[in-house]
Amino acid sequence: MIRPGSEAELAEAIRDADGPLSLRGGGTRGPLPDGTPITTSGLTGIVLHDPAALTLVVRAGTPVDEIDEVLRGANQRLAFEPMDHRGVLGTTGTPTIGGVVAANVSGPRRVLVGAARDHLLGLRFVDGEGTVVKNGGRVMKNVTGYDLARLVAGSRGALGAITEVALKVLPGTETCASLVARGLDDAAAVRAMSAALGTPYEVTGAAHDPQAAGGARTVLRIEGFAPSVAYRARALAEVLKPHGDWQIEDDREAVRADWRGIRDAAPFHGSTGDLWRVSVRPSEAAGLAARADAAQVFYDWGGGLVWLRTGEGDDLRARLGRHDGHATLVRAAPETHERLHTLQPEPLALQKLTRGLRDKFDPRGILAA
Amino acid sequence: MQMPSPDARIMARKAQVVARLEQALGARGVIHDPAETRAYECDALTAYRCPPLCVVLPGSTEEVSAALRICHEEGVPVVPRGSGTSLAGGALPTADSVILGVSRMNRVLETDTMDRIIKVQTGRTNLSVTGAVEELGFFYAPDPSSQLACAIAGNIAMNSGGAHCLKYGVTTNNLLGVTMVQMDGTVVEIGGAHMDAGGLDLLGVICGSEGQLGVVTEATLRILPKPEGALPVMLGYDSAEAAGACVADIIEAGVLPVAIEYMDRPCIRACEAFAKAGYPDCEALLIVEVEGSAEEINHQLETILKIARDHDPVEIRAAQDADEAARIWLGRKSAFGAMGQINDYMCLDGTIPVSALPEVLRRIGELSDQYGLGVANVFHAGDGNMHPLILFDANKDGDLEKCEEMGADILRLCVEVGGCLTGEHGVGVEKRDLMSVQFDPVDLEAQMKVKDVFDPKWLLNPAKVFPLAASESRRA
Ligand SMILES: Cc1cc2nc3c(=O)[nH]c(=O)nc-3n(C[C@H](O)[C@H](O)[C@H](O)COP(=O)(O)OP(=O)(O)OC[C@H]3O[C@@H](n4cnc5c(N)ncnc54)[C@H](O)[C@@H]3O)c2cc1C
Repeated sequence: MIRPGSEAELAEAIRDADGPLSLRGGGTRGPLPDGTPITTSGLTGIVLHDPAALTLVVRAGTPVDEIDEVLRGANQRLAFEPMDHRGVLGTTGTPTIGGVVAANVSGPRRVLVGAARDHLLGLRFVDGEGTVVKNGGRVMKNVTGYDLARLVAGSRGALGAITEVALKVLPGTETCASLVARGLDDAAAVRAMSAALGTPYEVTGAAHDPQAAGGARTVLRIEGFAPSVAYRARALAEVLKPHGDWQIEDDREAVRADWRGIRDAAPFHGSTGDLWRVSVRPSEAAGLAARADAAQVFYDWGGGLVWLRTGEGDDLRARLGRHDGHATLVRAAPETHERLHTLQPEPLALQKLTRGLRDKFDPRGILAA
Repeated sequence: MQMPSPDARIMARKAQVVARLEQALGARGVIHDPAETRAYECDALTAYRCPPLCVVLPGSTEEVSAALRICHEEGVPVVPRGSGTSLAGGALPTADSVILGVSRMNRVLETDTMDRIIKVQTGRTNLSVTGAVEELGFFYAPDPSSQLACAIAGNIAMNSGGAHCLKYGVTTNNLLGVTMVQMDGTVVEIGGAHMDAGGLDLLGVICGSEGQLGVVTEATLRILPKPEGALPVMLGYDSAEAAGACVADIIEAGVLPVAIEYMDRPCIRACEAFAKAGYPDCEALLIVEVEGSAEEINHQLETILKIARDHDPVEIRAAQDADEAARIWLGRKSAFGAMGQINDYMCLDGTIPVSALPEVLRRIGELSDQYGLGVANVFHAGDGNMHPLILFDANKDGDLEKCEEMGADILRLCVEVGGCLTGEHGVGVEKRDLMSVQFDPVDLEAQMKVKDVFDPKWLLNPAKVFPLAASESRRA
């Protein structure tokens, strides 16, 4: 394993590479490509935390836990609450912020505050030729030049190795509460979640577990200052009456633990079979899940994200057919990843653009991704 | 500011190019009479003007594709245009270029409150997007001050922001998908009504690419439920330091206002003379707006007012109702108009880390003395996006040049303290040659590689964004 201790060393390692590199942060999010393993986990440390500007600049290998702790100390947080993949993948190791940004990993709060890429202010990366490039900056509004930062975020290492990221952070929340309904079928649950997200009550999470212990469970989250949370929870329960019977859960620690589980796709921890993550228009989610003929289904993002567990090697995409969205294979045997592809193949015109960009940033084709 | 000299060979072929375009779009879709092309000679950066070879106004994505294919074959540069409100000269033509305007394409294609999206043709104006969903209780969040006129096309190209982006983000955070036509006529669909990219985040780099990667013809936008209510407070201070510290403390206290606007004394005076909003005559005025139910607003305002009082305000005025709220906003909203009444001005747009505010204001004051030109500051304080307005006299020889030099110095200062050249208006031609202040050659090279992929012949809006010397070998 190559483990550079600085950006310059990483650039040198990439420049000197004579074959494919298997780039990783903490290696928790798989699947890892073939090639010489190289990790950014040696590039650690917070470069700048400016609480009054809601800004954090941090080296890519810094553990997410460490960042959470520093931010908590200033009553701040990464609002996009990145998922920890270790539970569903059975991986060990330490999730790094570089990995989060490189895979645009975003949790339940995506529906209100946006994804990881929406909180990205800038980054530095080393491209496939070993050139260090910076883009964006550390300020909240910046349209100076092309937004390469967002292009590289989510590229899973295909365009380069991220060495440093600047992120927008948000104030912590004083408290939270959940509204819970039992027994809704999938279509009704998605309708209820859409109705909730269409209110002004700032729902920060909307998930549905059709196979929960004790029967289907739909859960909505509200966060903020205590009086505001109490007010909005009541108002929301009232508005949602046509969509079921809603109980308010306001034990803060229990609610937080519940949403950590939703964030980490806990219903699939310890399960067997392949796991897919399908990005979809909420209004098409229930129909799509029905077509999937899956062993297990779970909805997050108000139905915009559907987790599906299928038999090993099943071609879920063939069953789903065309839809406005895409299916990513999250957990499967290496040969299934190989055969079905981790990411959904794109239309030809987009493939051409993607190929063109990869050739430009990695002309030797050593950044296997 | 220089533009590349037009290609005489293209100019000589004008009749042929026009004929082919007319054949594809019909005579109605092509403007080539010099008396009429003049209407497209500039955008809102009116200091620079140049009528284009001709103008095409397609009515559909297919027509955009046909027009681009022809220009591609003919080797003619194309400058996309929305409403022409760019303050950076983004839509400035060259004499050998075709302006491709999307203003005729302004239909709503779909609204869906269950998926919380609206799909529009990009010639539609920003405000009329909200107009299309308002009755359903929704709105489109990015709200540039030009929203009555500017088009979604330009908003996407410039990644435009607005007064409320502290809470709701800018265009890129509210854009889910586009239909885009590449220079060779290829139509691509990127993103859609779903929430993330399946492969590379192409949408992320298209937004803010200033019309250089493709012509965006349709857009899927995120719409949000309207808040229950909103109220501003006005806070007056006797120093920039006090106002800056107040902003910092509000944010650190965990309150996230939807807007924090800042005006300095010259701006306050001009607005007051123009709009009679009842602003106090002080060094720094803040307008802080919060949202929610009456109860929630009160709770947030209590926290804000407590912090505000700790910094020795000269005046505090909290709006009790919509009328008083409107009066507080009145001055701020007429700021640019008010300044325009008393002077010619150039509006800058750099962003700085909020913590650098007092220092930057002090140094802008020094530059103002040095150049002998007045400056009024009005800006989005919550996110550090400054809008210094440099006052000059367009009829006085050399004043514009002096003003531009001073503007460049202010932008260099923004970069020096950790900020950037432009927070929302874009680079265009205006800041093109300052790009090397913020970026090293390799950084610019990486950006230009993206254009190489989308537009290998560099025909789309070629003389913008990158310093001419840097892009020279790529431009034909
Ligand atoms: C009084 C005033 C106030 C303003 N306030 C704000 C503000 O608060 N916030 C803010 O961000 N901006 C502001 N602006 C700037 C301006 O309104 C924005 O940049 C706006 O987004 C431009 O939109 P437009 O449709 O007028 O674009 P245009 O000026 O026509 O074009 C702008 C750029 O977009 C490109 N373009 C246009 N159409 C397309 C297309 N279909 N596909 C690809 N590229 C295209 C052009 O080539 C050009 O580079 C203000 C301007 C004025 C005059």
